[in-house]
Amino acid sequence: MLKEKDKIFKNLYGFEDWKLEGAKKRGIWSNTKELINMGSDKIVEEIKNSQLRGRGGAGFPAGLKWSFMPKDSGKDHYLVVNADESEPGTCKDREIMRNDPHLLLEGCLVAAFAMHAHTCYIYIRGEYYSESSNLQKAIDEAYANNLIGKNACGTGWDFDIYLHRGAGAYICGEETALLESLEGKKGQPRLKPPFPAGAGLYGCPTTVTNVETIAVSPTILRRGSKWFANLGSANNTGTKIFSISGHVNNPCNVEEEMGIPLKDLIEKHAGGVIGGWKNLLAVIPGGASVPLLPKSICDTVKMDFDSLKEVQSGLGTAAVIVMNKSTDIVEAIARLSHFYKHESCGQCTPCREGTGWMYRMMEKMIHGNVEHQDIDKILDVTKQIEGHTICALGDAAAWPIQGLFRHFRSEIEKRIQERNRRVA
Amino acid sequence: MHHPGTNNKVYKKINNNFEWSSENFKKISEIIKKYPTNRIQSAVIPLLDLAQRQNNGWLSKNSMEKVAETLSMSYIRVLEVATFYSMFNLEPIGKNFVQICRTTPCWLRGSDKLSKVAQEVCETNIGETSDDEIFTVVEVECLGACCNAPMVQINDDYYEDLDEESFKKILQDLKDNKSTKVGSQIGRKSSQPERKFDA
Repeated sequence: MLKEKDKIFKNLYGFEDWKLEGAKKRGIWSNTKELINMGSDKIVEEIKNSQLRGRGGAGFPAGLKWSFMPKDSGKDHYLVVNADESEPGTCKDREIMRNDPHLLLEGCLVAAFAMHAHTCYIYIRGEYYSESSNLQKAIDEAYANNLIGKNACGTGWDFDIYLHRGAGAYICGEETALLESLEGKKGQPRLKPPFPAGAGLYGCPTTVTNVETIAVSPTILRRGSKWFANLGSANNTGTKIFSISGHVNNPCNVEEEMGIPLKDLIEKHAGGVIGGWKNLLAVIPGGASVPLLPKSICDTVKMDFDSLKEVQSGLGTAAVIVMNKSTDIVEAIARLSHFYKHESCGQCTPCREGTGWMYRMMEKMIHGNVEHQDIDKILDVTKQIEGHTICALGDAAAWPIQGLFRHFRSEIEKRIQERNRRVA
Repeated sequence: MHHPGTNNKVYKKINNNFEWSSENFKKISEIIKKYPTNRIQSAVIPLLDLAQRQNNGWLSKNSMEKVAETLSMSYIRVLEVATFYSMFNLEPIGKNFVQICRTTPCWLRGSDKLSKVAQEVCETNIGETSDDEIFTVVEVECLGACCNAPMVQINDDYYEDLDEESFKKILQDLKDNKSTKVGSQIGRKSSQPERKFDA
């Protein structure tokens, strides 16, 4: 288990004061000037050495991403923080923003400095109203104490943070859709290239990063990349906030070391599966977009990017959705299909048409109201969607269904047979 | 499933005159400052949000035209945004906009029971407004409070860790114009592990 002293999020649950005074007691903003004085190259180097991987779902190496920002483009540079947390199962950024907003703000300053950006936009999902008001108050405090603004923290670096509220669209969590939305348009993803580091917000070099990635970076710089890299295993380093929801006795957010066995995570932190571990049916280990895992894999799998990839799933946002044997597994996935149908932006045909078709098919599958060959047909359709859309929403809609049939095909076949018998 | 925010038609029956309140007018100048001077179109979402708040929770044609005029945008660009985002309602809603999360993590913990409770207490169907216009009840997709499932958003507030009884009481209190307790209904501060489970 992660030791108390190695925790980065010391006020994850909001038991302590989230305002500036409380934040300072937790060491936030204590020597920010020194961190900045390391220089941007050194900061990026340290983040690279820590092997921090992006916490928003894709797991892209953070230091590498930061290093893509041009050094002298002659244009304004932007840091955009992706706080549009909408992946079903995920509620970690919310706790950071309402309970420890200064941790995020300090990270913004350090990261923006490293990528030569004077301006940062935090794009928070519109539904998070009280979270955005906490965050805005924290921004105001930071300005009033000259931690950000002109000559931020006395470093000579001018730095502005603006909070921008979204208006309810899952797709705006995709980085280029988020930029479109921030520019005042429909949130429809852009074709890449050009990548945001070349032409992002307003056509300027931009880096879009998840809240958690930004929030951990000052602590990494303070305690050293070595400390962070020693947690977890190579290529899957550090700590991570896991959101455990569904059929567990104590659903919770918890910060743990990367690579913790899934079983330990559920039993030690979330009070175990309702009805005991034997009653476990399946787990979605990384938010709605990743394929589910049956109990046999859950028994031993470790929670990190590479281990979960090996079992044909993924860490995603580390949102663990637990389902026990009382679950109608087909309806659970059908509901996710409904989610993707609802959230498809409508730009690419395979996704716009495919998500609706898959949802209608999944609804029928709940009652076994399909033919046996329809199983192969829907799997074929998921393959037609996967990889054939501008953004990853098409893939995300396809994977849960592929996961279901990979592990629970017999369940649906049984339902088809039962229905056929009933009708006959 | 009907939802006033996913409706793509401009509402024709009511279209009152819309002018910014002086308070909102001040707010607008603050909002626009956040964006580069030649990029004020970025403020369209915040301004639509302001307009919706001023217009009892929904956007009329006049209010959207006002936003277009304020930001020197064409009306169609504003309408495009208003129809795309689900938080912008294009038809009138009740005083309490009850949004029940229906996505898998909430469903696993009994969100469909909450939908039934809401229909009973609010005396309306999902996607509709009650006759007394006190409630509009809709089912929505993940609201991002999955460790506090099942949960419901009413206007700006999250009500979390619900069960049928606590949800019934909240709705009844809103009906009777009483104050309600926002956040976790089982006394959790946020999403820490402590929780009594009895289901």
